[in-house]
Amino acid sequence: MIDATGLELIARSVRQAVGEGTVRDTIHAHGQATLDVAPESARNVLGFLRDHADEPFDFLASLHGCDYFPAEPRLAVHYQLLSTERRERLGVRTRLTVEAAEAGTLPTVTDLWATADFQEKETFDFFGVRFDGHEDLRRLHMPEDYEGHPQRRDFPIGGEPVLYTFNEHTTPRWYE
Amino acid sequence: MPYREREESVTLERMEAPLAGTEVEPDAELFTVNMGPHHPATHGVLRLLCTLEGEVVRDVVPLIGYVHTGIEKSCEDQQYWKAITFVERMDYLAYYFNAYAYCSAVERLLDEEVPRRAQYLRVVHMELNRIASHLFWLGTSALDLGAITMLWWALRDRDTILDLFEMSGGQRLHPRYFQVGGVMEDLPPGWAAKCLDFTKNMVARIDQYEALLNENQIFIERLRDVGIVPQERLRSLGVSGPLMRATGDPWDLRKTMPYSSYEDFDFKIPVGTIGDHYDRYRVRIAEMRESLKIIEQAVEGMPEGPFITPNRKVALPPRHELATSMEALIHHFKLVTEGFRVPPGEVYEAIESPRGELGCFVVADGSSKPARVHMRDPSFVNLQCLPDMARDELIADLIAGIAMLDPILGGIDR
Repeated sequence: MIDATGLELIARSVRQAVGEGTVRDTIHAHGQATLDVAPESARNVLGFLRDHADEPFDFLASLHGCDYFPAEPRLAVHYQLLSTERRERLGVRTRLTVEAAEAGTLPTVTDLWATADFQEKETFDFFGVRFDGHEDLRRLHMPEDYEGHPQRRDFPIGGEPVLYTFNEHTTPRWYE
Repeated sequence: MPYREREESVTLERMEAPLAGTEVEPDAELFTVNMGPHHPATHGVLRLLCTLEGEVVRDVVPLIGYVHTGIEKSCEDQQYWKAITFVERMDYLAYYFNAYAYCSAVERLLDEEVPRRAQYLRVVHMELNRIASHLFWLGTSALDLGAITMLWWALRDRDTILDLFEMSGGQRLHPRYFQVGGVMEDLPPGWAAKCLDFTKNMVARIDQYEALLNENQIFIERLRDVGIVPQERLRSLGVSGPLMRATGDPWDLRKTMPYSSYEDFDFKIPVGTIGDHYDRYRVRIAEMRESLKIIEQAVEGMPEGPFITPNRKVALPPRHELATSMEALIHHFKLVTEGFRVPPGEVYEAIESPRGELGCFVVADGSSKPARVHMRDPSFVNLQCLPDMARDELIADLIAGIAMLDPILGGIDR
């Protein structure tokens, strides 16, 4: 388990290697360590953490989105890194506004970890975060022609009719 | 080009060549076949777009989302203790693991200690669930490979486990036995004896399974040296659990990052050698034997004490207190109507489910409902290695690949 000092050391080495403004904040809570990084440099930070010789976080355990509505910037993408050598986890979080997320300021990490493919598609599907450079960014769980991003906090729960929308344009409201 | 000319330009030379007795085969044509979403061998509503060349699979694209029910979204509208019911239904063969991952994430947010007895009870139930899940995998996989006997045998023993679940939690599936802070009830009288009886018999049963399958020519030929994916590729794909251990990597969160008192038990991590389907089969069978050991140790060494945290702000007071104590009544009323509030924060809690790393990410905003619940489901991540497993092998091996992957579509789609 990375302690608060260890987290600061990691943050310092990231700042030295990747750039001063990359790590915005360090969060150590409930025994878990998280780096808050700028979206533009997220990929560089993750690449550094993966390949750095002393403490490589070689395994991307999870990538998921989150909506912190009403706080700003609203959206966030979390990367859960795992070091099989150190047996430690490190969270990397990057927060971005809805506009920045839809404009594609966040670069993809599919070239660093192949596992990010499904998980970035899922994040795009549910939160509308457009990953720059992802080869095949499309909806994964929701239908191709679905409108909106259902995991956002301002997307209502319920009240939505079940649609198989491929014939909706020919026979509107056929389900009634 | 006029029609006649175009017709003349077509040459049948290549097609006719093999008929003339030469060794040259015509270039086979690629065609795309849709498999699923309703297909018995896909273990759920999984749809695969297969590009075939004859009977050889050249590419597979898994298409998912057919059982997406928005559980993660629904959880945001439930109080913390009510969301347990929802998360249990994600990976519907490993419900205790879902409940544990979620409950322990909430406990971490609350900084709530879980009594030792509750930790042991959780371990017993999770390991029983692991065996039940592996038994279901064994039965259905062997069925896919043509051995129908295994389905009846495996489900017969799985039924005994479900009987135990019914005794302790009141339900055979999705019992909601784990609570935030502990478990729902203590073990009923006679449960421990019945459980130990099961573990004793189960060893002989696994011997029977192995006698049936290990020397079965068809079974071995279908599995051996099939579906090998290099370890580095699997790691990049984020694959964990028995699939990863089959390649010889002894990574198991129960050992490497122990939780819920797993460090108290003596058990081994089975690993494979080359990572083919046969290794995957042997690793899971060996895991069942190790789980039996853990259950025996946990039942016999069960510590005395409370089975749920005495913190009345989180756990319901015992029933008998309600008749005599005003405070208990108030706590009960507050917990049932409003639920407990969780201070703001976010945690990612990962455990070893039968299919790999099951992570639960919970964000609390200070209210009595979670702001975000996300499950990193191992089936969802592991599914990405199916194309690597099936490429350039026969379509019959694709079926074996799906069976050995052990995907649960409820967990993949959530």
